Amino acid sequence: MAKGRKMSNYIKLIALGLVTLFAMIGTNYARDLAYQVHAIIVMIVAGGLFLYTLRRTDEPKVAAAGLENEYFDSVIRAGTIATAFWGVVGFLAGTFIAFQLAFPALNFEWADGLANFGRLRPLHTSAVIFAFGGNALIATSFYVVQRTSAARLWGGNLAWFVFWGYQLFIVLAATGYLLGGTQSKEYAEPEWYVDLWLTIVWVAYLAVFLGTIIKRKEPHIYVANWFYLSFIVTVAMLHLINNMTIPVSIWGSKSVIVWPGVQDAMIQWWYGHNAVGFFLTAGFLGMMYYFIPKQAERPVFSYKLSIIHFWALIFLYIWAGPHHLHYTALPDWASTLGMVMSVILWMPSWGGMINGLMTLSGAWDKLRTDPVIRMMVISLGFYGMSTFEGPMMSIRAVNSLSHYTDWTIGHVHSGALGWNGMITFGALYYLVPALWKRESLYSLRLVSWHFWLATIGIILYAASMWVTGIMEGLMWREVDANGFLVNSFADTVAAKFPMYVVRGLGGVMFLAGAVIMCYNLWMTVRKAPAKEASLTVPVPAE
Amino acid sequence: MSKKSQKFEGDPNTTGHEWDGIEEFDNPMPRWWLWTFYATIIWGVLYTVAYPAWPLINGATAGVLGWSTRADVAAEITAVEEANAPVNAKLEAAELNAIAEDPELGSYAVSAGSAVFKTWCAQCHGSGAAGAKGYPNLLDDDWLWGGSVEDIHATITHGIRNEDSDEARYSEMPAFGRDELLEKEEISQVVNYVMSLSAEPQDASKVEAGSVVFADNCASCHMEDGTGDRAQGAPNLADAIWLYGGDYETLTETVSNSRYGVMPAWNTRLTEAEIRAVSSYVHQLGGGE
Repeated sequence: MAKGRKMSNYIKLIALGLVTLFAMIGTNYARDLAYQVHAIIVMIVAGGLFLYTLRRTDEPKVAAAGLENEYFDSVIRAGTIATAFWGVVGFLAGTFIAFQLAFPALNFEWADGLANFGRLRPLHTSAVIFAFGGNALIATSFYVVQRTSAARLWGGNLAWFVFWGYQLFIVLAATGYLLGGTQSKEYAEPEWYVDLWLTIVWVAYLAVFLGTIIKRKEPHIYVANWFYLSFIVTVAMLHLINNMTIPVSIWGSKSVIVWPGVQDAMIQWWYGHNAVGFFLTAGFLGMMYYFIPKQAERPVFSYKLSIIHFWALIFLYIWAGPHHLHYTALPDWASTLGMVMSVILWMPSWGGMINGLMTLSGAWDKLRTDPVIRMMVISLGFYGMSTFEGPMMSIRAVNSLSHYTDWTIGHVHSGALGWNGMITFGALYYLVPALWKRESLYSLRLVSWHFWLATIGIILYAASMWVTGIMEGLMWREVDANGFLVNSFADTVAAKFPMYVVRGLGGVMFLAGAVIMCYNLWMTVRKAPAKEASLTVPVPAE
Repeated sequence: MSKKSQKFEGDPNTTGHEWDGIEEFDNPMPRWWLWTFYATIIWGVLYTVAYPAWPLINGATAGVLGWSTRADVAAEITAVEEANAPVNAKLEAAELNAIAEDPELGSYAVSAGSAVFKTWCAQCHGSGAAGAKGYPNLLDDDWLWGGSVEDIHATITHGIRNEDSDEARYSEMPAFGRDELLEKEEISQVVNYVMSLSAEPQDASKVEAGSVVFADNCASCHMEDGTGDRAQGAPNLADAIWLYGGDYETLTETVSNSRYGVMPAWNTRLTEAEIRAVSSYVHQLGGGE
C-alpha cells in the first residue's frame, strides 16, 4: 500500500514537473498576452503542486480506514463556498455592466481593453452560468448522488480533482476574457487549451458521478440522478463538437473552427441552446427533484410524470437551437424544425414545474413558515414562466419582433435569476446546516429579506426588459405611410435609457440579497448550535 | 436512519421506492397536461406539413403552402417599391429646386430622405444631424461647400476629397508646421489673429503680427477678412462655428498639421431618387439656401 502510494507520487511528480517546464517554455514563446498570463498561472499551479507533493512523498500516510463508510462531504463543503463566492462575483459583474449600458462613461478610458463592456460581458455570463451554476451543479450532484445511492463518491480524491480543476478552468476563462483571449462563440468563449482542460475535468466528473451510481446500494436510480447524468453526458458532447478548432500555434491562444459558415452558426446555437437546456434546465431539475421533497418532507407528486417529462424534455431540447437563427442564412426547414420542437417542448418543461409544485400539496402551510420553501416555490414559478415565454419567443412571427432586442435579455434573466438563482439559494440554505452539522440556519428572518430583495429585483429586471425590448422592436420596424423607416438605431438606444436604470436597480437588489445570504450562511457555520447526532454514514433507505 | 417523508390520511399509494427518505406517489399524469402535450404534437406535425421542414437527401420538403422567408421579404420589398415607383420617377425627373415647391413631392422626399439619412448618414452626422468634431453640423447655415439644394446634391452624389470619384470636390490645406512653411512663433501669431476674428485671442500682443502672416499665407483661400471661400471648401473663420474647435490648442494643431475630412460618394450605393430625397431632407433642416 505504502509502496504503491510512493510509486504514484513519483509519477505525479514527473507529470507536474513536465507541465511546469512546458508552461515555462510557453511563457517565453507566448504569441499573445492572454496565453502568456495563462502559462504563468499554469506554471505557478503546477509548480506549487510539485513542491507540495514532493514534501509529502515520504510522510507516512494517515489511515484512511473506515472512510468508505462515510459520505465524502468535504469537497461538497468547498463547493458550496465556491458557489456562493462566484455567485456574488457574477452578480456584481452583471450589475456593473448593466450600469455601463445606462451610463457609458463607466467604460473608463484608463480601463479600456480590460474592463470595458465588451470584455466584462462574457466575464459576467460565464461567471453566473459556469462558475456559480456549474459549482452549484457539481456540489449538489455530489451530495445528491451519495445520499440517493447510499454510497460514498467513487474514485477517492478524484472528486477533489474535479473541484479544483473546475476552479482552474474558471480562472483561465475569466482572465482570458479580460485580456482578449476569446474565440467569440457565445457561452463557449474560452480558447482551445482551456477547452481541452475542461474536457479532462469533465470526464473525471462523469467518472465520479457514474462510478457512484454503479456502486449504489439502492435498487433503483433516483430521478434527480437521471437529470444530473443527462446534463453531464450532453454537456460533454456539446462542448466537444462546438469547440472543434485547430490552433494557429501551440504557443498562442488563437484557433480556427473546422465548421464552415452557417454550419458553424447552427452548431454554435445547437450548443448555446442546449447549454440552457441541459446545463441550466436538466441539471437544475436534478437539484429540484432532491431538495424540494427533502425540504417539504413530502413524496414526489408523480413517478409517471417524472419519467415521461424527462425523456420528452431531453429528446426535444436537442432540436431547439435553430430558433436562435430565424430569418438568417439558416435554411427555412431548419428554422421550422427548431420552432416546432420548441413549442412541443412547452409541456415537457412544465412537467418539472408541476411535479415540484404538486409535491407541496399537503404541505402548502409551510409556505407561511419556511422562507426556504418559499424560495424553491418561486423558483418553480419563474421556471414555468420562462419555459412558457421561451416556446412563445421561438415562434417565427413573435421572434421577428423580439429577436436582437432586450426582450431576450429579460427572458434569459427571468430564467437565470428566478429559476437557477432561487433554486440554488434554496439548495444552499438546505445544504449549509446539513454539511456543517448545524441544527438550523442562523436566521430565517434574513432568508426572508433575501427572498423579497431577490424577487423584487427580478421583477424590476424582467419588467423593464419587456418594456424596453418590445419598445425597441416596435421602433425598429416602425415605418411611415410611404414605407420608410421612422427611427434610427441611435434613437432606440436613447429611448431605452430609463429602463436601463431600472434594470440596474433590479440588479443591485438581487446582489444585495445574495450578500445577505453569504452573511447568513457564514453565521450559520460560525454561530448556529451544532446538531448532535447526524447522518454521515451511507445506509440504503430500504 | 433518516426521517421518512411525512404522509397523511388519504394520500395516494407510492411506487414503493425510497431514496434517502424520499418517496414517489403513483399519481397519474395530469390530464390537462397530457392533452396539451398531445395537442402541441398534432399541431407540430401539421405545421411541418404546411411549411418547409423535413430535410431530404437533396434539399428539404417545401411545405404545401409554398412559403419561404426569402420569397416573403422579396414580396414585401416589391410591394413597397411598386407603390413608390411613380413618385420616385417624378422625383428623378423634377428640377431639384422645384421639389420643395410641390407639396406632395416635397413631403414624400422629406420622409424618404429622413429614412435614408437615419440609415446612412447618422453614423457621422448624428441622428439629429447636429454633427460632431470633424463632421459638419447640417442644421445651421454655415456651409463649407454651399447650402443650395444643388450643392448638397453634388456633395452627396460624389463625396468630398473622395479619391474614387473625379467629380468629388477637392481641396487641401497646407500643413504649415509639419512641412515647415511657418515658424512656431508665426503659427502662434496667426492662431491668435484667427481667434481675434470671432472671440478673445489667447495673447493679444501677437494679433498684429498674426494679421501679416494671415495675409501672406491664408487669405488666398480664407479671404482677406477670413470669411472663407465655398468654391474651395475653405471655412469661414470669422464666425464662432468651428468644425474641429476654436480654442488655441486645436487651432494650432489645425494650422500645423492641416485637416483632411473625407466624405464618401453615395451614387454607388443609393439610387438617384434616394440622393434627391436625402438632399431635400438636409436642405429643409434649417440652413438650406
